[in-house]
Amino acid sequence: MDIPYNVEPRPDTGLYNAKLGIWLFLASEVMLFGALFSSYVLLRTGAPPGTWHHGREFLNVPMATLNTIILIASSVTMVMSWASLKLNDFKKFRLYLGLTFLCGVGFLCVKAYEYGTKFHHGYFPKSNTFLAIYFTLTGLHVLHVIGGMIVNGYFVGPGAKMWRTEPERFTNRIEVAGLYWHFVDLVWIFLFPTLYLL
Amino acid sequence: MSTTDAESIRKQTRAYIGVFFALMVLTVLTVAVSYFHMPVVLAVVVALAIASFKGSLVAAVFMHLSHERKVIYWVLILTVVFFIVLMAIPSLWQWDLRVAR
Amino acid sequence: MALVDERAHGHHEAHHHEEPGFWGKYVFSQDHKVIGIQYGFTALVFLLFGFSLMMMMRWSLAYPNQPIPLLGKLFKTTGGIIVPEFYNQLGAMHGTIMVFLGIVPLAVGAFGNYLVPLQIGAPDMAFPKLNMASYWSYFVGGVVMLASFFAPGGAAQSGWTSYPPLSDIAPSGQTMWLFGMLFLIISSVLGSTNFIVTIIQLRAPGLTWMRLPFFVWAQFVTSFLLLLAFPALQAAAILQMMDRLAGTSFFLPSGLVVSGQQLAVSGGGSPLLWQHLFWFLAHPEVYVLILPAFGIIAEVIANNTRKPLWGYRSMVWAITFLGFMSFIVWAHHMFMTGMGTVMSTFFQTTTMIISIPSVIVLTALIISLWGASIRYTVPMLFALAFLPMFAIGGLTGLPLGLAPTDIHLHDTYYVIGHFHYVVAPGTIFAMFAGIYYWFPKLTGRSMSNLLGHLHFWPSFLFINGIFMPMFIQGMAGVSRRLYDGGASYSHAQGVLHWNTFMSASAWLLGLAQIPFIINLFWSMWKGKKVGSNPWGATTLEWAATTSPPLAHGNFTEIPTAVRGPYDYSLPGAPQDFVPQHQEA
Repeated sequence: MDIPYNVEPRPDTGLYNAKLGIWLFLASEVMLFGALFSSYVLLRTGAPPGTWHHGREFLNVPMATLNTIILIASSVTMVMSWASLKLNDFKKFRLYLGLTFLCGVGFLCVKAYEYGTKFHHGYFPKSNTFLAIYFTLTGLHVLHVIGGMIVNGYFVGPGAKMWRTEPERFTNRIEVAGLYWHFVDLVWIFLFPTLYLL
Repeated sequence: MSTTDAESIRKQTRAYIGVFFALMVLTVLTVAVSYFHMPVVLAVVVALAIASFKGSLVAAVFMHLSHERKVIYWVLILTVVFFIVLMAIPSLWQWDLRVAR
Repeated sequence: MALVDERAHGHHEAHHHEEPGFWGKYVFSQDHKVIGIQYGFTALVFLLFGFSLMMMMRWSLAYPNQPIPLLGKLFKTTGGIIVPEFYNQLGAMHGTIMVFLGIVPLAVGAFGNYLVPLQIGAPDMAFPKLNMASYWSYFVGGVVMLASFFAPGGAAQSGWTSYPPLSDIAPSGQTMWLFGMLFLIISSVLGSTNFIVTIIQLRAPGLTWMRLPFFVWAQFVTSFLLLLAFPALQAAAILQMMDRLAGTSFFLPSGLVVSGQQLAVSGGGSPLLWQHLFWFLAHPEVYVLILPAFGIIAEVIANNTRKPLWGYRSMVWAITFLGFMSFIVWAHHMFMTGMGTVMSTFFQTTTMIISIPSVIVLTALIISLWGASIRYTVPMLFALAFLPMFAIGGLTGLPLGLAPTDIHLHDTYYVIGHFHYVVAPGTIFAMFAGIYYWFPKLTGRSMSNLLGHLHFWPSFLFINGIFMPMFIQGMAGVSRRLYDGGASYSHAQGVLHWNTFMSASAWLLGLAQIPFIINLFWSMWKGKKVGSNPWGATTLEWAATTSPPLAHGNFTEIPTAVRGPYDYSLPGAPQDFVPQHQEA
């Protein structure tokens, strides 16, 4: 049984199903991270003057800047991998998607180092409300990075078989995976100044 | 949805690289600006403005939102409205209590 | 025009599938009809369980501190008495189970899943695998919730609203509640994505937006509410889990003292934060509870009046406006938290405005009865009862939405009466209407009329017996969540006698469900066989074959809609209805 508009777009909406689906999912993710950002705002503005700890007290700005650069680079490689498929260049696709995956690994390594140093200095989520929201926001973000990496890893590896049998459908899948990955980058673009710099 | 022929993809590729460099510059700017001592409200506005601009570049260019379909725009506009409500009300709540005193 | 699907596989398919085995066909099915049935049965079991919890609560309310007959043998440690801590577990889990494991999965997961693709002329939902994942996520969440009764210290016992600081320090059942919610929310978010894409993308040719059955519109708006509101509770659940498992203080204020000891946490948190995040979800959630019911009632009324719905367009705009407004009224649940006057004015205003679209829908449904040839079928009985019951529920909401009166009524039995009128003789009656109405579609048989009446009339009577006195008790100031129904308070003494009356009504209501349960199972095997459109209905699901084969594919050819959804009594037509896909 074939579901219509899985690959070719529906004429009046101009969309194929998964593209609408992923944007709707991203909308719910905006609300999820938005709720956490809202919590941050409420906790910070509600804190008695002088009791709120600032990011700079605990956090490593250069490391986080590096992570920002890594993630932005990974967004470029992600969209380049999709563009390569559009240009029928499977080898370049694999290269770019592989680089995206590696950037993810890099991001996680930096994060692991960051968390490690914090725990080493006795800074835990329970230490104060700032660290609590820091660990929660970045932790949830890390889980989303890992999720994206699993998907990307699948498409670099066994999932790539579909290119030979259904190239257009496969290209769409990469576009959809890319949209998710860009969103993960987008969240970090806001997380970074909010937690580390303000 | 973006046009599929090779030439337009190549043009888009140039845009991707261009945006990458813009984002690098803006990231450096974000960090640099944070070293100036500003009153909190101004610092927040500046930081969010730069982040929003970076975000719009990612959304418009990498996520192809600049030539996306109406349906997607409507979903996102609706989401943004509710997002603003969720961000604004708890903060306005505190302000309202302070004003009341 | 042949829409009837005679064989499991359409002969037009270009590629072959292997027929899935037993597990793939009936357990891990990706077919929306199977998944809908799975949701339906699971939800009905949960509804029965949640109802049973309530029947136990009503014992404590009527006869506090007295051993409960029969079941008392299970509570040996307390001598068969429902102690306050256990009463609180019953209360918190009754609410949680009815709302999250019962009504929403039934209304959206079962009715929505089964009917939406059929009503829009689609072969299935847009993402069949995701649909299956949504069901199993719900199932896992439900199992976790039930298992929480066996956690040390018992199940969640801080209300279905789980307010901190109490919920932060509650026994481990609360952590299981949070995990259960995580799974349930994932199920809803994935499911709502599926519904929205399906409705936008898979409508058959000719099915323009204003030709959609009202039921589909209702599911569409509901899905947006689930998609955009649930994440706030997901975030809140994550924060509460951090508080309980990682020792954070998101919701714990500084200097909190528990049992004479200062709590060894960092403090600096805000209990109000939880309330904001919870109600940001929970208010849209109540519209999730009512919208599918509106959808079902509209279909049943149109069919049993043999007329098009009056005010279809107004109803569509009303529920769209309602959906939007539902996101900006939530703090009317928080009037007693000490908010400032600007906030209070804002939320009272939006709350008053949001009552308007419900009135529009109810009025349109009532006017639809005018001049109609009403068929008093069992589904129609439930639908007709829904109208005044929902009206009572809605009207009693007004003093709650206005802060001055809410001061007196907040957290009293008045609130419990208000919302139960909406969900019990409101939504659940609509669910019953839907089950009696669509049963022939699923099974090719009709349910027994006699058993249907034996179910309806006592239910209607006793359900009012439970909830009407609650307004009296509430106005007298009897608080909710008291295991003894107010017996220890002097101001409650004058209205205490209602407790035994309400409890008796509740147990009799339970007995009244027996004809329904018997009817449901008996009719599946022995019900009178009927054709594919026994009600003479116009919408597309009746054009697919009786009990669409549990293999994939609903229509041999995708139908084209050539008219609106309710062409009943069309002048000049040979019958008193013209199906949506049929040319004149």
